[in-house]
Amino acid sequence: MEDAGFVIGSYVVVFGGIAAYAATMISRARRLARRVPDADKPWT
Amino acid sequence: MANAPAGGITPTHDTGTRVTQVFGTLAALGVAWLCAFGLLFSPADRDQRESVRIMYVHVPSAWVAYLAFGVTAVASALYLLRSSHSLTWDRLAGASAEIGVLFMGVTLVTGMLWGRLSWGVFWTWDARLTSTAFLFVTFLGYLAVRRLGGTQHQRAKRSAVLAMLGVLEIPLVHFSVRLWRSLHQDATVARIDGDPDLDGLMLFSLFVGLIAFTLLYVWLVIHRQRALVLEDALEDHGLDAALVERRAEAALQGGGR
Amino acid sequence: MAERIRWIRWQRTRAIAAKDLRVELRGRVLLNQVIPFSVLVLVLFGFAVDDDGIAQRVAPGLIWMATLFSLLVMVQRTFAVEAADGALDSLRVAGVDPTVIFWGKAMALAVQLAVLEIVLFAAAIILFAPTLRVSGVALLTATWIVSTAGLALVGTLYGGLTAGIQGRETLLPLLVFPVVAPVLIGATRAVESGLGTTGAAVSEGWPWIGLLTVFGAAFAAGGTLAFGPLIDD
Repeated sequence: MEDAGFVIGSYVVVFGGIAAYAATMISRARRLARRVPDADKPWT
Repeated sequence: MANAPAGGITPTHDTGTRVTQVFGTLAALGVAWLCAFGLLFSPADRDQRESVRIMYVHVPSAWVAYLAFGVTAVASALYLLRSSHSLTWDRLAGASAEIGVLFMGVTLVTGMLWGRLSWGVFWTWDARLTSTAFLFVTFLGYLAVRRLGGTQHQRAKRSAVLAMLGVLEIPLVHFSVRLWRSLHQDATVARIDGDPDLDGLMLFSLFVGLIAFTLLYVWLVIHRQRALVLEDALEDHGLDAALVERRAEAALQGGGR
Repeated sequence: MAERIRWIRWQRTRAIAAKDLRVELRGRVLLNQVIPFSVLVLVLFGFAVDDDGIAQRVAPGLIWMATLFSLLVMVQRTFAVEAADGALDSLRVAGVDPTVIFWGKAMALAVQLAVLEIVLFAAAIILFAPTLRVSGVALLTATWIVSTAGLALVGTLYGGLTAGIQGRETLLPLLVFPVVAPVLIGATRAVESGLGTTGAAVSEGWPWIGLLTVFGAAFAAGGTLAFGPLIDD
């Protein structure tokens, strides 16, 4: 594939960026969830 | 930890539920499908050749960014207009704005890479490009304002008003940049997305991308919104705990005298 | 009755504007600090551009860039005065309508900005030597009025948003600069046409006055509606 660096680079930026965000956000949420009683979690 | 889990027998240490699992799985499948189509199965374009493959991630992330900012604006308006002033709308606005900034960021980066390949430059002062960049900066400011502190309702009101002002600002920026360039020179670049002669498989891949990214957005927003509920709850509890401590302290001192 | 209420509101708006201007006249912060700063910005732009021809060509833009930098300083100053001794809260407690506070402060800011812009314009004429032409005077005056109004309204609105908050010094530019970009574009183009620095005809400048007027009207309406919820806690 020509311009493979650009093409694959943009896929890496997109999915890498989203994955990094999701991982930090959800692990932080789990840390917080341990300190909050279930009564304050409307989804449970 | 300070407070032991109260309530249910099996405490939830998570922001996930059945709904998020479904959305997460579907989004993951969609993304896998998109990568397969975008990188392998779909053909290279006649004019753009291989660089067209960037389109399958660029256009869906741009769509999600606009969708996210639209949801922020609507949720902010609902917070302000509804007499209940429910913080749920505020948290939805905040969660959506954060994810919008993420997707707008990757849209700008992939757009620059694509632009370098098809226009020869990373950046051009096209009206849509420029107003998109301004949208990005405006929402960075919005997120900064959300972190300013104060009570939760202060945060909600302040940021909701700011989002409304953003709705006022962006058309003005877009229009002024358009007028700014059109008076002097025509945009030298061809409109790329919305290319009328995309062949069937390419159009299908793009469609898969739009669906997959929308599912990803929904999944992220649900999680982020729940994380915000936790943050707010913890803030309230922290305050309650501090008050109880202070009262106990005051009672002790009062008793001593 | 409605006539009378409107009259009282106007009186109060004027009183707040007069109060802000009196604070300025006593302290002379604009005269002794902001104006020298903004002229210094022009001089530094001169160093950065480092070419007489280009400097003359970009002089209109430099005037407005220097104005925007000074706008931030002035907005911070006008709300620091309020927040320092809780003056904004006392006004609210005294039952003054936030809309009245907004318009009063915006008027005072507009007067100060208008003075600053004249000094900057004169300094740019001296430093970068674009020539004035008689046919452009009306356009330049119109630009001066509508841009000043727009900048003062936006500055007051966002200044109110960040008033009394830790870290506002760094947040205000991030919030204000994207919003005032249309003013920078429009006012620069209009002054270019007024002076003819890029060979533009005077008539090419008038559409920009239209844009600047729409901008001012949008933020006049936005500020009237939004300022209350912003400072009301």
